Amino acid sequence: MTPPAVDWIDHPAAVALAGRHRVRAWEVIPWLLALGFYFAFPKYLGFGTELLITILFALSLDLVLGYAGIVTLGQAAFFGAGAYTVGMLAKRGIWNEPITGLILAAAVAAAIGLGSGLVLLRTGGLTLLMLTLCTMALLEEAANLAHDYTGGFDGLDSLPIAPLLGRFEFNPLYPTTQYLYVLAVLFVCFVFVRTLVYSPFGQSLTGIRENTLRMHAVGAPVRWRLVLAYALSAAIAGVAGGIWAQANAYVNLGTLGLDRAATVLIILVLGGYGRLYGAFVGAVAYMALAHFLSKIYPTAWQLGLGLLLVVIALFARNGILGLTEAAARWRRAPRAIS
Amino acid sequence: MLKRLVTIVLPLVVLGVGSAQAQEVKVGVALPYTGIGAEFAQLVDRGMELYLKLNADKVKPYKITLIRRDVKDPSGANAKIAVQELLTQDNVDVLAGWIYSPNAIASAPIVTAGKKLAVIMNAGTAHITNLSPYYVRTSFSMWHAGYSLGEASAKILKAKTAVVGYTDFPPGKDSLAAFKRSFEANGGKVIDEIPMGGAGAVPDFTPFFQRAKDKKPDLFFVFVPAGDHAAAVVKTYAALGMREAGIRLIGPGDITQDTKLQAMGAAAVGLITMHHYHADLDNPENKRFVEAWKKEYGPNTTPDFMAVGGYDGMAAIVHVTQVLKGKIEADAALEALKGWKFASPRGPIMIDPVTRDIVMNEYLSEAVMKDGRVYQKVIGQIDGVKDACKEQKIGPCATAAK
Amino acid sequence: MLLGGVAAGMVLFIVSVGLSVTMGLMGFVNLAHGGFAMLGGYAIALAMRQWGLGFVPALGFGFVVIAVLSAVLERLLYSRLYRATELDQVLFSIGLVFMMIASVTVLVGPENQPLALPSYLRGQINLGITQYRTYSVFLIVVGILIIIGLWLTFERTRAGAQIRAAVDNRRMAESLGINIGRLFTVTFAFGSGMAALGGGLGAEFLGLDPQYALKYLVYFLIVVAVGGLGRVTGVFYAALLIGVLDFALKKYVPSGGTAFIYALTILLLLWRPQGLFGTKST
Repeated sequence: MTPPAVDWIDHPAAVALAGRHRVRAWEVIPWLLALGFYFAFPKYLGFGTELLITILFALSLDLVLGYAGIVTLGQAAFFGAGAYTVGMLAKRGIWNEPITGLILAAAVAAAIGLGSGLVLLRTGGLTLLMLTLCTMALLEEAANLAHDYTGGFDGLDSLPIAPLLGRFEFNPLYPTTQYLYVLAVLFVCFVFVRTLVYSPFGQSLTGIRENTLRMHAVGAPVRWRLVLAYALSAAIAGVAGGIWAQANAYVNLGTLGLDRAATVLIILVLGGYGRLYGAFVGAVAYMALAHFLSKIYPTAWQLGLGLLLVVIALFARNGILGLTEAAARWRRAPRAIS
Repeated sequence: MLKRLVTIVLPLVVLGVGSAQAQEVKVGVALPYTGIGAEFAQLVDRGMELYLKLNADKVKPYKITLIRRDVKDPSGANAKIAVQELLTQDNVDVLAGWIYSPNAIASAPIVTAGKKLAVIMNAGTAHITNLSPYYVRTSFSMWHAGYSLGEASAKILKAKTAVVGYTDFPPGKDSLAAFKRSFEANGGKVIDEIPMGGAGAVPDFTPFFQRAKDKKPDLFFVFVPAGDHAAAVVKTYAALGMREAGIRLIGPGDITQDTKLQAMGAAAVGLITMHHYHADLDNPENKRFVEAWKKEYGPNTTPDFMAVGGYDGMAAIVHVTQVLKGKIEADAALEALKGWKFASPRGPIMIDPVTRDIVMNEYLSEAVMKDGRVYQKVIGQIDGVKDACKEQKIGPCATAAK
Repeated sequence: MLLGGVAAGMVLFIVSVGLSVTMGLMGFVNLAHGGFAMLGGYAIALAMRQWGLGFVPALGFGFVVIAVLSAVLERLLYSRLYRATELDQVLFSIGLVFMMIASVTVLVGPENQPLALPSYLRGQINLGITQYRTYSVFLIVVGILIIIGLWLTFERTRAGAQIRAAVDNRRMAESLGINIGRLFTVTFAFGSGMAALGGGLGAEFLGLDPQYALKYLVYFLIVVAVGGLGRVTGVFYAALLIGVLDFALKKYVPSGGTAFIYALTILLLLWRPQGLFGTKST
């Protein structure tokens, strides 16, 4: 007696694939934690705001690195572009409304991403890495040279950012408004990235990452997809930079520096790339450790941080999330589809 | 009867003991304990500690507690978080520190919002003290040395032409502007201005110095950040034989920072610098300071201008503590410091009541060999120098103080 | 007068050659390479100061110490990551360099380490037409000796042939019976030893403090990328090119001189993505 035939659409594998984009119950947790942080630790909101912005920045990198497979050391170029857009417009009194400021920041960053992506994405590997790095360094040098506009090394301080929605002021000492503002923006951007990643476009990016040759063979417009992904990720990085400038009422060359670009790369790899939430996990782990270790050992905390990186690299196969996934797989019986 | 006595006397005794107990003043210190500024942070930190150690009787009956936070880098972001947390979590009474100008600039809005006295112990960009009404500076402004040196070059050294080489960031540009203004006001002429790379990695100075040498000026004025840059400058000057070519190397004392001077050795001889402090200054406070420093930190160590910024900054904080009896309210503290005079290891200093910046002597010194070590001989001085940038309202200093 | 640029290029070459071979041979992104240069510089400076070793013996000491240290690290840690992704290698090597910087800061101190050159290397030397900085001449001579030595090793010895074979096609080399594991360890140790040498030799221009490990990493990477992975002669020419151009640009166009190196690198890499001497890979 043969069992009744299973229609392919009901096959467990198909169901799993089709349902990948569905929101899982545990996905609410990071947002609840972030809100809880607001109420539980009102005195740490300065740190919290910086943390959320870093998550947003790392998320932008995940889109381009984890999903499109483009390894770049120049992501801070877009962060800085967004930050300086907001900063220069505000300082000169041309434009200081926060939300539209972010849109402008995203636009400028996306333009730079589009332009540089078209030129640079013909290459790969170490070459691409160095090209992205050098592009960012050039931008930093340009900002330094144009110090009449950008404030050079000292930067632009005391940016007069208008209150949010006309009512909520940005208080430098008690950044309650900043925290909630960044959280809201992070949520919106996250929803955007998540939808993008599970859309056909996002799937094609994964295809390109895994097997470029094949994608060419099936006729997918590989180069255009990559450039588009690069530009979109640049836009989000620009939003992160713009909101950083607004929250801190300040912008300087550090927003464009190798330090920032390298740190966000480390954070993403530490958390786990290509997993969307790797940005969250990595940023929390790295920044919390750096912050609290440096309070106890102001001179030697890098040792502890370095140790964490070395240990994760040696024992995890994709950052901290890779560790948790491996643990979950090991616990689950082999019958489940992952 | 006895019981009555006890009930009256005991509370009084307890109260008396309670008030005799040291009243704690918390000082929040924001310095780059890690990263490229680590060695400067160490100098300022040691200067502060040494003041407390040498002047323990001046601190009594209060207790100064230092709460240290690492600002990690000059980018501003970490400094802001550190200052913000010192104010809101640690509830410090006074803020202190700031090596890098960008950090001091970035911290200004928070300092203003936090309404606490903030003592700047190094950052030298001129207009910083205008950015917050609570900033008091015990270190220096780039214009102190630069402007004075321009004057001294024309009057004391009788030079006519100069080439200026400077690290391309705001303190460098400040220094160039200050020197050029006063040198040309006193009859000199700056014939070339050479930006020499950034403040981050030390560049190879040879190409820049070669260009200066080719111009054949009387003086080569150089400003670079203290530390590795300065050591490289002196080496390059010697290696290219510029002294033999008749070009004198001058600059603010950053280039002959005491902690680097001995390592430069004979190559440093002939350097002429203008600064508010070096370890060879001949006054009783400095002799005491240097001796105590060597005893505390090692016979091969030496204090320098950053250390004295920390030392004098702590002196200011202790003064405020005594005058306000431990209750450091910001506006009262500012009043106590405006016009405050102190006998510092650098000579007599005063806090300008209008700008809250420091007023002090500038010493013109020449490096010579004496007793087998490099010694800075004072060949001239200008007393009571104010920050000329704010005095004359030049450029960014023109905007009024907040 | 571009001698200074050539000398600077030599230092770049000496430090970067190890990185190029490591990345080309082992495919390992070792961002801690600058850390080995820094540790080497410290070993050399401290040997000279604490034990009174001469400059040249101290250089040899530094080379050996760091070569041994890196061989140990390679066997214990690096070898575990050969099959890992490049990003995990980046994570590891950055973590390692953080630990190196922190340890040196705590053990020795954050300040710059002075490295006193012997008197015969200071000042100026007369070479016929004009005066040249003695140390620059010394560096150029040393650099040329090293490149000749390396070229001879790679082209004329068996070990060199094995390395070249493994760089071009590791699987094939393995199937020919070459002991890849041992080759890796020896090459890695040698490359790191060279970095240590570079750290000590370059201290005169570039200074020596804990941050050295990261400050100049960008330049080393640029030299390796422009030269072509695993190509010793490529690294040599790239380092010279970068060194000389950097020098010349700074002298004649000091404003924005640093930016030119980045612009130049971009142009070079766009024109020849595999580096000046690299081979085009699929």
